Amino acid sequence: MIRYIIRRILYAIPILLGVNIITFALFFLVNTPDDMARMQLGAKRVTPDAIERWKQERGYDKPLIYNDKESGIGRIVQTVFFDKSLRMFAFEFGRADDGRDIAREIRMRMGPSLAVAVPAFFVGLLIYLTLGLGFAFFRATYVDFWGVVACVVAMSISSMFYIIGGQYVIGKLWNLVPVSGFSGGFDAWRFVVLPAAIGVLGSFGASTRLYRTFFLEEIGRDYVRTARAKGLSEVAILFRHVLKNAMIPILTGVVVAIPFLFIGGLITESFFGIPGLGSYTIDAINSQDFAVVRSMVFIGSLLYVAGLLLTDISYTLVDPRVRLS
Amino acid sequence: MPFQIVVLWTDWLVYLLALVIACAVVYVRGREHLRAPWRRVVQSRSGMVGLTILALFVVTGFLDCLHFRPRLAATEQSTTARYSVEVLSVLDLALERIRTNREKTYSAPLATHLFSKETIERPDGTQVRDYPRLKYGGASLPDEEGAWTVSLLHAGVGGAACGTVIWLLLAALIAACIAQSGGTTLGRAWEQIWSGGSDVSWKAVLITALVFCVLGGIAVALAAEYHVLGTDKVGQDVLYQTLKSVRTALVIGTLTTLVMLPFALALGIAAGYFGGWVDDTIQYVYTTLNSIPGVLLIAAAVLMMQVYIDGHPELFPTAAQRADLRLLFLCIILGVTSWTGLCRLLRGETLKLKELEYIQAAHAFGVRHHRIISRHILPNVMYLVLISVVMEFSGLVLAEAVLSYVGVGVDPSMNSFGTMINNARLEMARDPMVWWSLAAAFTFMVTLVLAANLFADAVRDAFDPRIGMINPFAAKQRLKPIGKTA
Repeated sequence: MIRYIIRRILYAIPILLGVNIITFALFFLVNTPDDMARMQLGAKRVTPDAIERWKQERGYDKPLIYNDKESGIGRIVQTVFFDKSLRMFAFEFGRADDGRDIAREIRMRMGPSLAVAVPAFFVGLLIYLTLGLGFAFFRATYVDFWGVVACVVAMSISSMFYIIGGQYVIGKLWNLVPVSGFSGGFDAWRFVVLPAAIGVLGSFGASTRLYRTFFLEEIGRDYVRTARAKGLSEVAILFRHVLKNAMIPILTGVVVAIPFLFIGGLITESFFGIPGLGSYTIDAINSQDFAVVRSMVFIGSLLYVAGLLLTDISYTLVDPRVRLS
Repeated sequence: MPFQIVVLWTDWLVYLLALVIACAVVYVRGREHLRAPWRRVVQSRSGMVGLTILALFVVTGFLDCLHFRPRLAATEQSTTARYSVEVLSVLDLALERIRTNREKTYSAPLATHLFSKETIERPDGTQVRDYPRLKYGGASLPDEEGAWTVSLLHAGVGGAACGTVIWLLLAALIAACIAQSGGTTLGRAWEQIWSGGSDVSWKAVLITALVFCVLGGIAVALAAEYHVLGTDKVGQDVLYQTLKSVRTALVIGTLTTLVMLPFALALGIAAGYFGGWVDDTIQYVYTTLNSIPGVLLIAAAVLMMQVYIDGHPELFPTAAQRADLRLLFLCIILGVTSWTGLCRLLRGETLKLKELEYIQAAHAFGVRHHRIISRHILPNVMYLVLISVVMEFSGLVLAEAVLSYVGVGVDPSMNSFGTMINNARLEMARDPMVWWSLAAAFTFMVTLVLAANLFADAVRDAFDPRIGMINPFAAKQRLKPIGKTA
């Protein structure tokens, strides 16, 4: 087990390196730092001096990949690629355009993101599983039919409509909770309830329908028929056999998402003004803060790789046939 | 010529897509084993409802893909023909009235007065603050109580009647076609449609068509006098904006898959078929791409593209061309982030197929790799491609809205559901609220995505061999034709 995990972590290195190379190519090779400087400075203020100063402030004034002015290791180390891309492996993200340290900012913003995403994730999972199992129990009846219809309609509505509608009805019309904002401590629940509820609602349709499919697939199998022949009640079959066996396809989709709880919902956070990593990313995109976007890409892929590893480990927990080696 | 034809990049691809679909239809028609699943699709009621609605959207979108530049009125100085820098489409021509009739600012749906108060000068010289009359909306209406209601009722009833007449003609045409091909009388064909006895679920098609004919008739009748869905901040008709947004949504939903399909097919099959280092490399590439969260990769790519476009203004002669290239690029980058799923599916399926006896036999006979792939593997994985293309569509339409909100979607000058929602966000905060832009975008988008989802489900139920045991409803429907033919 430990050896397997170590090997998987080693596998992650080439993937993260690949991600780094892609972002590097995207940010520095498609457009040179000069282009970026010109864009950020605006047409009026572009002078060669201003561009040089802009590059120097951000550390883009070094050669991109290979520095032939240095000697020894410096030829590789004194470059933009090393500074901006390889250093991310040590979680050194540098500074954002407003001068703040990105790594510190990320640590601070994790909390609010988690506060919204974690309840939404677990409450949602519970609701989707219950409903999916319920539809499977009432399969091929009107309950199931209209349930699926509701799911299809729900998944046809953009998540932004849920957010705007929820903010309007609950926040503005009924005045139950504040429309947006955040505060630390225990008081935070008032700000968390609405975004979390809308997060649950947003993926209700697609998830419930997917889980129903997984359950129905299991219900068609031979062991279920055997269980029925033994005289087990339908409820016992559903909970004892079907739910357990359907866990594998469900876990594949669910566990991979757990690390992303750190980032939180991009759109939800920015709509509700929650100072988490999601809104940090959106703000960075809007203000064209390349350093922050680059860091978030790296963090995102790191979390994805972690999610894959967690998925594999979770398989061993629910399925004794799976052995990691 | 009174106009100069303009073919934008995405237009070319749309034409190509239309050509591909036409060829596929001709190809499938002649082959019984390929027609069988499609027959199940056209028998599915929900699928046909979806298809009918989609067809309406596609017609709107396609008319919006035929672009041209109108000729400017000749001046004395120049004798050569000069064309406007504004690129119009055939849809713009059809909507000429509501496109050009601009009000000053916001006005509610079917309103006769502006949404905000202004200082108006009376004929006698005094000034009052009141809601001024609209320039075009209900302009011919006399200033008296009740005239508005009467005019609305008049237009509504007339429009609905016209819509019903058009629908009756359509229904008669379909019945005539059925009667012709089945060799029966018109009356029998009519009965067949409504009893659900025909091969195609015409009942579903006609009921959907009736709803849309009546709604369309009413909308057209009202649009002659009013702004049916109100006007936005700069006084532009919201109905016009939503209709223009249809093209953007369709282009994103279809071209993205068209762009990514060759890569996914080639790489997925190659990985599964050849195995070894080819498989390892391709898997590495898609795991790497997959591990970057989609929105972030798209954001990064679009930011970089903006820098590029800003740096090279000389490449784009008109604003429409610049917006169009940005749309195409968005399709490509969405394709790059979404091909991995299909690629993985294709790889798995090819791995399975490769071990089957008939492919082993082909190997033993010395058939070349490319021939085995094109003759034996490709046709057998096409059902996966089809299913994933139709399933992906609605997700892409929804993604466009989110990306436009984040600011990395289509060009701000381009009409799209995303930009409409984005603008509506600020309007919601006004008091009293400006709700109609959001409501219009919501209605059209939900209709489009719901129709796409219904159609996609019908296609998946018909093509996926595993579905019989998963979807009890699909299984029931599938049993019907077998019983009939026996």
